[in-house]
Amino acid sequence: MNKQIAKNGMLGTLIGRKMLMGITGMFLILFLVVHCAVNALIFVNDGGELFNKGAEFMGTNILIRIVEVVLFVGILVHIVDGIMLERLNRQKRTVPYVSHNPQANSKWYSRWMGLLGILILMFLIVHLKHFWVLSRFTDHIAHSEMDKLPGQETLFYEMKEVFENPAVVLIYVLAMIGLSYHLMHGFQSAFQTMGWNHPKYTPCIKQAGFWFSIIVPFVFALMPIAMYTGIIK
Amino acid sequence: MAILDSKIPDGSLETKWSNYKSHIKLVNPSNKRKLEIIVIGTGLAGSSAAASLAELGYKVKAYCYQDSPRRAHSIAAQGGINSAKNYKNDGDSVYRLFYDTVKGGDFRSREANVYRLAEVSTAIIDQCVAQGVPFAREYGGLLDNRSFGGAQVSRTFYARGQTGQQLLLGAYSALSRQIGLGNVQMFNRHEMVELVVIDGKARGIIARNLTNGKLERHFGHAVVLATGGYGNVFFLSTNAMGCNVTAAWKAHKKGAFFANPCYTQIHPTCIPVSGDYQSKLTLMSESLRNDGRVWVPKKQGDKRKPIDIPEDERDYYLERKYPSFGNLAPRDISSRAAKEACDDGRGVGESGLAVYLDFADAIKRLGKDVIEARYGNLFDMYKHITNEDPYQVPMRIYPAVHYTMGGIWVDYNLMTTVPGLYATGECNFSDHGANRLGASALMQGLADGYFVLPYTIGDYLSGEIFTKAIPTDHPAFLEAEKQAKERIDKLLSIKGKKSVDDFHKALGKIMWEYCGMARNAEGLAKAKQMVRQLRDEFWKDVKVTGEADELNVDLEKAGRVADFMELGELMIDDALDRNESCGAHFRVEYQEEGEAKRNDEKYAYVAAWEHKGVGENSVLHKEQLVFENVHFATRSYK
Amino acid sequence: MKFNLKIWRQKNASTPGKIVDYSIDNINEHMSFLEMMDVLNEQLIHKGEPPVAYDHDCREGICGMCSMHINGRPHGPLAATTTCQLYMRNFKDGETIYIEPFRANSFPVIRDLVVDRSAFDRIMQAGGFVSVNTGSVQDANNIPVNKQHADLAMDAAACIGCGACVAACKNSSASLFVSAKISQLALLPQGQVEAKERVLAMVNQMDEEGFGSCTNTGACEAECPKEISISNIARMNREYYIASLT
Repeated sequence: MNKQIAKNGMLGTLIGRKMLMGITGMFLILFLVVHCAVNALIFVNDGGELFNKGAEFMGTNILIRIVEVVLFVGILVHIVDGIMLERLNRQKRTVPYVSHNPQANSKWYSRWMGLLGILILMFLIVHLKHFWVLSRFTDHIAHSEMDKLPGQETLFYEMKEVFENPAVVLIYVLAMIGLSYHLMHGFQSAFQTMGWNHPKYTPCIKQAGFWFSIIVPFVFALMPIAMYTGIIK
Repeated sequence: MAILDSKIPDGSLETKWSNYKSHIKLVNPSNKRKLEIIVIGTGLAGSSAAASLAELGYKVKAYCYQDSPRRAHSIAAQGGINSAKNYKNDGDSVYRLFYDTVKGGDFRSREANVYRLAEVSTAIIDQCVAQGVPFAREYGGLLDNRSFGGAQVSRTFYARGQTGQQLLLGAYSALSRQIGLGNVQMFNRHEMVELVVIDGKARGIIARNLTNGKLERHFGHAVVLATGGYGNVFFLSTNAMGCNVTAAWKAHKKGAFFANPCYTQIHPTCIPVSGDYQSKLTLMSESLRNDGRVWVPKKQGDKRKPIDIPEDERDYYLERKYPSFGNLAPRDISSRAAKEACDDGRGVGESGLAVYLDFADAIKRLGKDVIEARYGNLFDMYKHITNEDPYQVPMRIYPAVHYTMGGIWVDYNLMTTVPGLYATGECNFSDHGANRLGASALMQGLADGYFVLPYTIGDYLSGEIFTKAIPTDHPAFLEAEKQAKERIDKLLSIKGKKSVDDFHKALGKIMWEYCGMARNAEGLAKAKQMVRQLRDEFWKDVKVTGEADELNVDLEKAGRVADFMELGELMIDDALDRNESCGAHFRVEYQEEGEAKRNDEKYAYVAAWEHKGVGENSVLHKEQLVFENVHFATRSYK
Repeated sequence: MKFNLKIWRQKNASTPGKIVDYSIDNINEHMSFLEMMDVLNEQLIHKGEPPVAYDHDCREGICGMCSMHINGRPHGPLAATTTCQLYMRNFKDGETIYIEPFRANSFPVIRDLVVDRSAFDRIMQAGGFVSVNTGSVQDANNIPVNKQHADLAMDAAACIGCGACVAACKNSSASLFVSAKISQLALLPQGQVEAKERVLAMVNQMDEEGFGSCTNTGACEAECPKEISISNIARMNREYYIASLT
């Protein structure tokens, strides 16, 4: 081979950088599964008892807490790497086409992953402020109705309060639509990036990705709606 | 004719090449580094030669007019490459491939060259497979073969309908490797416009950088022309738009004899011309004749749809006339038969200049899937162009100019009559005689480039090890550059009324009409005058736009057409001289029951022409062909 | 047929270009797109104007030289078709047709519609080959190749190096081109010997040439005249990780 040693290490090449996107993306998909499953406990409609238990477990289990750190690192890498790649990629064609017809060859959401990502990031900030900051950094959240101290509320109650505001509900629903499109491309794209492509399994992955990106955001979006409309008491 | 020494080694046919190789002079590795070789053209012959020479240690400079060496027109070859591997156990051998090729060439090629070609054909397949060329395979993992025109064995290796592409990309990858290693300096978008001869030896070229129009002087201890054929002299051909004779013609004008220029292969299976605007013709691989049946209606002027013509009103004329080879009769014979049918008023399609190539039987026998797997891309291509689906209706095909067997005269070493100047591949005349068999062009290009030239060039270069690189401000370089510049300036200064294409089309019409599939003395004599007139008019009335010092497509074309104008006349001279019919050269005066009638007593020679100046008659030199191993026979495919 | 053509004209690499309007009449529907361009050029020449420079050669869809961006898409509106295989019957009478060069910073414009694609050559020179010298090889049938792999390799090898993938990609990524070669050679036993070195060298060169990264939009596959599959890109990624990590 002419260039015996590649000059750049793995993370120095665009493929390596893209792998980071894929691997963190997959990790975030896993997180969504857990997050969605735990939150879906509200649909038991037991006044939040089971949900609060789940929340307590997630908030106190040492393993989960460690994974939480990894999760935040993952989110950060996904965001920073994503923005940097997007910027780099935008510099590759400085004279644009006068006539351009990209919808003929690709889905709009696959081309707007960066924008969808930014929207999701903005939502994430709002969302973290609503719940995570409260439960992690203040004493405001009690683990259950039984042992709440004065001035404390359970997470379930907190949810009900936040989702009384229709504007918030709208933001959450719109964000979930964004997430849905982000996943619609991202799910199967992550597999492709990681090189996990096989004529037998890739069609299954694509199917799974399609349903995942519909079902998970739908369940998430159902939560504020159910709370706002009072279906969940 | 002492002047034409073919340098065929002594000994028996089977041992000539191996003996010769063992005794040829060598250049030691440290001297190879000091020797520079210029290779013009990067098709199969050029890429393979440039890569192999660089691997040996020579300093190579390679040139192509395209934007990348991978684009050369070898890439368009569809069907396959012959090799005497006998993997099918059907009785093939080096001798049989040799014999088929000599016979296919109508006994107008050199025995020794053809035998060598057949001999190295097996190594080519080995080489290509090792490079990663994805030849078609059987389920056992071994290589698959198919049969081709003019042969009764299956010896053709193929990669779907893109064999030329895959072989070229293999050679291109070998070339790329050497470029990456720094052993080859590659000049894309460069066209050779002059040969530099110093003290009688080829010592370099003047190249025009097509991107900025600058003329560049390049030195080489030897120059290799691998510039392909000159079929575009006919305007319409299956060649790429850029294919030209310029480099070869400049060499010819500087002393390289041009051999057998009238041998032009007309390929029987091309998509017919549809209108005046047509810029080129598209070939449908000969391999289609493995499963397709050629026919025309029995009745003249029968304009019914093919499907409405009942079986007994169809004339499967190839099967009728040549029962033992049927639809796989060689190209020259099939082309002529198609022309006869159309001249007889039985041609099909709007123009009446087409015959049917019908797959209905094959689809019935093998199923659409099998046909699709074999020829899918060809069928798609046909549909793209004609808007007709060949799975449903028969293809319409007609012969078209495809390949030129003639070319620069070379000896057994592939050296031209100018010492230090070599010609390989389609550019030379050597191996196909008066007609080339299908799947033999790829074989010859790669044989020359991989396995012949790298040995034989050493014989010459071993005498050049003390020659220092000649500085390119040597008077000969300056003179050649001046010539090139003057010609360009002249073209731009005429500012006439007709475009280059106007002239090219007019030339093509003359050549096709009088020097095409059928020729006669009277027509040829007339055509010679017409070409001369047209050439005079060209130099008085051509309009070339733009400037010399920029990318100027109009100027590029003008230079090429100017050379075609001169070549055309030589082709006519050669056709006039050859008072016989042989292979692709069919003189209507010389036939027997509609078949070509050779005159071996008088014309078993290579006609090598020496240039004496534009407008002057070229001088004919004859290289007598000696057949010691095969005997003249009337070529019969009946 | 009649057409309004809006064609990118640019004198050379350093002069900025612009869209110029031409109208053309009496076009036969069976003309190829490039023949229509020839007609236009003949008219320009007769008027004494320089013709539109565009790359083209074989006109059979195999050399990969033609490279026009037609009505917003590389090689125009048809799938699996190069510019030279487009016919005017694929357009509507009276239609306005935009004709631009393939655009990417790695494919600088030389003149009009002619771009410099030598970056592809340099990627090939970095590793797109099997390192075997002429004459040093064994008999071809000593290396049996699984037919399925041979067919997949052939699918990838069908790439004509035209650059439509780069032109179509929003990131100007060359991943499809590079992966096709890596795939072809990785699928064959002959190529596996130096598969690691190859993928590292080619991927690095691809970055050095300034192509963007692949974000799997699939535009390249959709526009590829030879329908090269993006599964090759997955294979390239896989090969690259394995080569990097082992």
